[in-house]
Amino acid sequence: MNALLTSRRDAITLAIFALVVLTMPVWLQPFGAAYPGLMQKFAIYAIFAIGFNILFGLTGYLSFGHAAFLGVGSYTAVWSFKLLTMDALPAIAFAIILSGLLAVVIGYLSLRRSGIYFSILTLAFAQMCYNLAYSVLTPITNGETSLQLNLQDPRIIDSALAPRPAGLPSASLFGHTFSGLQGFYFCAVMLLIAFFIAQKIFASPFGMMLRGIKSNQTRMNYTGFNTRPYALTAFVISGMYAGLAGALLAVTDPLAGAERMQWTASGEVVLMTILGGVGTLTGPVLGAWIIKYFENIFSAFNEQIVSRFFDFLPAGMHDVVVAVASKFVGEGWNLTLGLVFVLIVVFLPGGIMEGVRRITHMFDKSRRAPPTPARLSTQPAE
Amino acid sequence: MALLTRRRLLQTGMAGIIGTGIAPMMFTKGAWAQEFCNNPTGDTVTFGFNMPLTGAYADEGADQQRALTLAVEHLNGEGDGGLLPTFSSKSLTGKGVLGKKVAYVTGDDQTKADAGRDSARRMIERDGAIMICGASSSAVAIAEQALCQEMGVIYMAGLTHSNDTTGKDKKKYGFRHFFNAYQSGIALGPVLGEAYGKDRVAYHLTSDYTWGWTQEESMKNATEALGWKTITPVRTPVGAGDFSQYLTPVLNSGADVLILNHYGFDGVNSLTQAVQFGMKDKTVNGKKFEIVLPLVSDLMAKGAGEAMKGVYGTSNWDWQLKDAASAAFTKSFGAKYGQPPSQIAHTSYVQALLYADACERAGTFYPPEVIKALEGFEFDGMGNGPTLYRDTDHQCFKDVLVVQGKRAPTNQYDLLDVVATASKESVTYDPAIFGGELGPDTAAMC
Repeated sequence: MNALLTSRRDAITLAIFALVVLTMPVWLQPFGAAYPGLMQKFAIYAIFAIGFNILFGLTGYLSFGHAAFLGVGSYTAVWSFKLLTMDALPAIAFAIILSGLLAVVIGYLSLRRSGIYFSILTLAFAQMCYNLAYSVLTPITNGETSLQLNLQDPRIIDSALAPRPAGLPSASLFGHTFSGLQGFYFCAVMLLIAFFIAQKIFASPFGMMLRGIKSNQTRMNYTGFNTRPYALTAFVISGMYAGLAGALLAVTDPLAGAERMQWTASGEVVLMTILGGVGTLTGPVLGAWIIKYFENIFSAFNEQIVSRFFDFLPAGMHDVVVAVASKFVGEGWNLTLGLVFVLIVVFLPGGIMEGVRRITHMFDKSRRAPPTPARLSTQPAE
Repeated sequence: MALLTRRRLLQTGMAGIIGTGIAPMMFTKGAWAQEFCNNPTGDTVTFGFNMPLTGAYADEGADQQRALTLAVEHLNGEGDGGLLPTFSSKSLTGKGVLGKKVAYVTGDDQTKADAGRDSARRMIERDGAIMICGASSSAVAIAEQALCQEMGVIYMAGLTHSNDTTGKDKKKYGFRHFFNAYQSGIALGPVLGEAYGKDRVAYHLTSDYTWGWTQEESMKNATEALGWKTITPVRTPVGAGDFSQYLTPVLNSGADVLILNHYGFDGVNSLTQAVQFGMKDKTVNGKKFEIVLPLVSDLMAKGAGEAMKGVYGTSNWDWQLKDAASAAFTKSFGAKYGQPPSQIAHTSYVQALLYADACERAGTFYPPEVIKALEGFEFDGMGNGPTLYRDTDHQCFKDVLVVQGKRAPTNQYDLLDVVATASKESVTYDPAIFGGELGPDTAAMC
């Protein structure tokens, strides 16, 4: 009965989520974000964050090296484009497989430790991957210049099927090339599938096991469970999510750079998850959207725009306000993001989702009892 | 669907009018209406300026932004007009471009290819930018150039010195006014030979990306032609900050010249640290140890300060040049910002003007026509003397300056001495040596 209820609630959440994602081109219009380039990023980084949350949110293992899988996914996809075909599906499949394999290796070694040691190990592995991509494996990754498509690429399958087009090809799906909005819808569908799978994992006994690891791993061990295979599975799944996200980055824009694997990129997904709400399904998605929005929209504000925005103020005050405000936009967008992050972590430790819950409870107070504090507090891994 | 048929109808009608021969010129010019990416329909046209405001080349990006803002002012007839009066093509009148006022949007490429493309896409997809100008790193420029080719938007590269930008990775929609590493090698070779002799051993520290690679290759070829030997070059990551681990082995390697293929903060840091290591005062193989910085800018010279003195390099342009155009630009820039422009400011400003001028001469914003107007375009009065935009690789050919860090600067901006000029003819090369294909010029719908 209970399971039936959960699955029904999940179905409703998925339906609402699908509606929100697929209508992005409409409701993002007033925010100045309804252009394909950014909406694709929204969908892709949401996948990345959902995957990361499967590990961090459920098992409590904080990985600081997830960007490595993202990067491997991108490189694999671009190589699939270069060598085989421009079709997106093989590229995605290869990317998921390869990043999954890498996750097995890194996970197997890192999961021997927990807590801060695990985080440092993953960070170390990711930095190793980054440095490999950046300077050692340059024949494969093209280093800082980043891997790109070439007119001379073999593209074996494509060139066997049809004559070569004049310019650089773009990614396609069963021969139908897509760009712009179609690219967004492709990513959006992938996001919905990823979200659905995450829901299933959250609701499954496997998910319960992972939550058990988070709340008390020692107890799990004493009751006779060997937790490591479960944690490793979660690690690999989340690595594959990152690989999928990386592949989609390459599908929407066939270029793969080493900076995708840098520690800042790993840190970014941690921020996304914490900002949105660790352990919740929609929280990391919201976090991803907010961070990408800041990165793309706030960084584009220049003094002109700020000045126009504060036009209503009297002259003297106007200059001061503009001078102060413009420090927080443009290249200062990180500053704004940092402030938002601090405010949220201090006042809403459970992220945006906690804020949402608090608001809903304010309205529901008369009908329902307040939530037990235990549900709200997050517990660090051991 | 209804809209499409209506457009078809209009097109057919237009073809009919032109076909009957009664159409004046303005009709054929307007016949491409709505058939290309971001065709400006209102009374403004939007330029996209994408530069590094953060990262290893942030100083350069800041100056680039100043110059591009200034270019827009001059195109719209504000300020003193800058280079418009000295420019040999007189089609720019200060009334915007093709009667439309120039507006602009800016973005931060973070000195990263990924971020640069993101930012360029935003400008093209959301803000309707008709062209993208900027970049201070070849990796970013090449990535953005490829994107612009795909989107059908013209890309006017800022500071990019890699041979690949107009070589291996050249694109029909990409144009470069700046010179390249190969030209640096040709210009710098003879000067180095004269100053340091024919029997030298060079040690390269190279930024590990397209620009570093090609500059290292070009410098290697140029110095080996003199009779120098090269020790296996060492690659360093961009934005390393601390170069001491790369500098330590230099003095024990038997090399007596250190060639720093570094730019921006990297160049400043590695040069300063090399001098701190005492390299300038060492004697190796019985000769004085020397440092060369093949690509140098005022901004780097300013950052390196004392360390820059006596160091040779090449520049695209210098504000102390005596011609009327250089003086006019320096005056105009100085009046607005209180400091002389750097070479990146100059090249970016010129690129913006050249694009605007090409649109005026083509009579349309339709990219294939603008490309035709830029290809093979010869001009003067932009500070570099007579210049050619070569059609086969979209590289500009003009004089290249060999500069040396001034030993006794008279003021804080007087940092570089122009010691030699390599003529336009001497730095012209066969485009075939770098390979690459421009690709098609078909107008995409972004």
